[in-house]
Amino acid sequence: MSNTDSQIHRRRKIVSSIMTTLTAVCAFFAVAILLIIISYIAVRGISSLSFQFLIDTPKPVGEGGGIGNAILGSALMTGLAAIIGLPVGIAAGVYLAEFGNGWFGKVVRFVADILIGVPSIIVGIFIYTLVVLPMGRQSGLAGGLALSVIMIPIVARTTEEMIRLVPNSMREGALALGAPQWRVTWNIILPAASTGIATGAMLAIARITGETAPLLFTALNSRFYNVYLDQPMASLTVQIYNYATGPFEVEHAMAWAATLILVGLILLINITVRFLTRKKF
Amino acid sequence: MQSKISISNLNFFYGTAQALYDISLEIPERQVVAFIGPSGCGKSTFLRTLNRMNDTIPIARAEGTVLIDGENIYAPGTDVVALRRKVGMVFQKSNPFPKSIYENVAYGIRINGIHKSKADMQERIEKALRDAALWDEVKDRLNSSAFGLSGGQQQRLCIARALAVQPEIILMDEPASALDPIATQKIEELIVELKKQYSIVIVTHNMQQAARVSDKTAFFMLGKLIEYNPTQKMFTNPNERLTEDYITGRFG
Repeated sequence: MSNTDSQIHRRRKIVSSIMTTLTAVCAFFAVAILLIIISYIAVRGISSLSFQFLIDTPKPVGEGGGIGNAILGSALMTGLAAIIGLPVGIAAGVYLAEFGNGWFGKVVRFVADILIGVPSIIVGIFIYTLVVLPMGRQSGLAGGLALSVIMIPIVARTTEEMIRLVPNSMREGALALGAPQWRVTWNIILPAASTGIATGAMLAIARITGETAPLLFTALNSRFYNVYLDQPMASLTVQIYNYATGPFEVEHAMAWAATLILVGLILLINITVRFLTRKKF
Repeated sequence: MQSKISISNLNFFYGTAQALYDISLEIPERQVVAFIGPSGCGKSTFLRTLNRMNDTIPIARAEGTVLIDGENIYAPGTDVVALRRKVGMVFQKSNPFPKSIYENVAYGIRINGIHKSKADMQERIEKALRDAALWDEVKDRLNSSAFGLSGGQQQRLCIARALAVQPEIILMDEPASALDPIATQKIEELIVELKKQYSIVIVTHNMQQAARVSDKTAFFMLGKLIEYNPTQKMFTNPNERLTEDYITGRFG
């Protein structure tokens, strides 16, 4: 090996190790920021956390109080949004992927992309005009509907992308056995894309669980346990907003604790779905 | 010899580009017919016209007639699903479903409602796997993933899957091109065995393979059928100069 050869070789090794270190540091930062946020929330929130906090309703400052009704309200409205948003979103995604190559598909895809970018408070105003005004009051129903409107385009577009990732050869293999189109989609394509679709659904649910703005107009808030969807309903996010904007330190501490619960619940949803959809084959 | 498939004056287009020119060909029953020719000559396209697999391409269009057992499969009102059950297909790249070995073979049986009972289903699956010379290798792990099989085993699984719906014709699109010589040999032995029951059409880039397994060979170039004769004649004394040049490797 000549002298210049070994110099080039050494230079290449140095550049390579610098780049590897650089990407590793960036990867570490990406994870570290999340860990810092979560641990900060945990440190600030853990002191106010108690079983009583989890089941109590909000009370006047100084008398304790909790977020039990807010947890229930968030669960109900997220559940309602998922019941509406997941089937509609997944079905729309299947349509876009399997039949959406014409002008109609292009329009739907374009509109969905715009809808994803629309600030969520505008969705709140939209549902306010459409549901709250005719009903004459804010309600859990309106809140759930607003969340489902946010959810549908996200689920539709991720479902479409995931279905498009299924190799065409698999589709052809099923068609060649004499399977009608709908059975190919139902038995082969959807199961093959299920992990990806579930991930998309989970991200959408996590996203709407963290929404505050659309609920301010639609579900308002409530100081009581409420399971009736035609009544105003509390939610974790709006409750956090109220506690955090209050004048008292006790309220701020409760906001941290409620935030910790919210982050914990979103984490739980993520882990559960990952577990349920882990690859069997 | 009776014709199983009878193609006359078939033209095929991708949009405005013509891929096949005026092809007429008779495919006999219970024999192996090989299609050879350089890449892009239209042999795969032609194979896929025989079970209307090209229907999945929106801009594709076929003209002419393809008679299978005397019925034109391009006639209006043809049941494509029933056609594909009768004309099975094995693809170049093995494409098992993301399911267990058992479920891969069961799929076609189930969607076509062929089985009478659970026991009948099991019998059919065993028979299909035996016919595809795979049973002994997988009988102890029917419920494990099809993706755990080797490439050659996956391709035989795809053959078993095609056999399970009891087709009459099997189309094979370069079924051994991604396999090593030993796996290829197994597939070839299988083809020779299968022709006792099925009419087989195989597209291949491998001239020796065509010579080994087929009874008749068709040579395509630039979308045209150049020559179609018994394999032995094709490889020893072809009528056309082009055929001879191709087979002897003067171009390719």
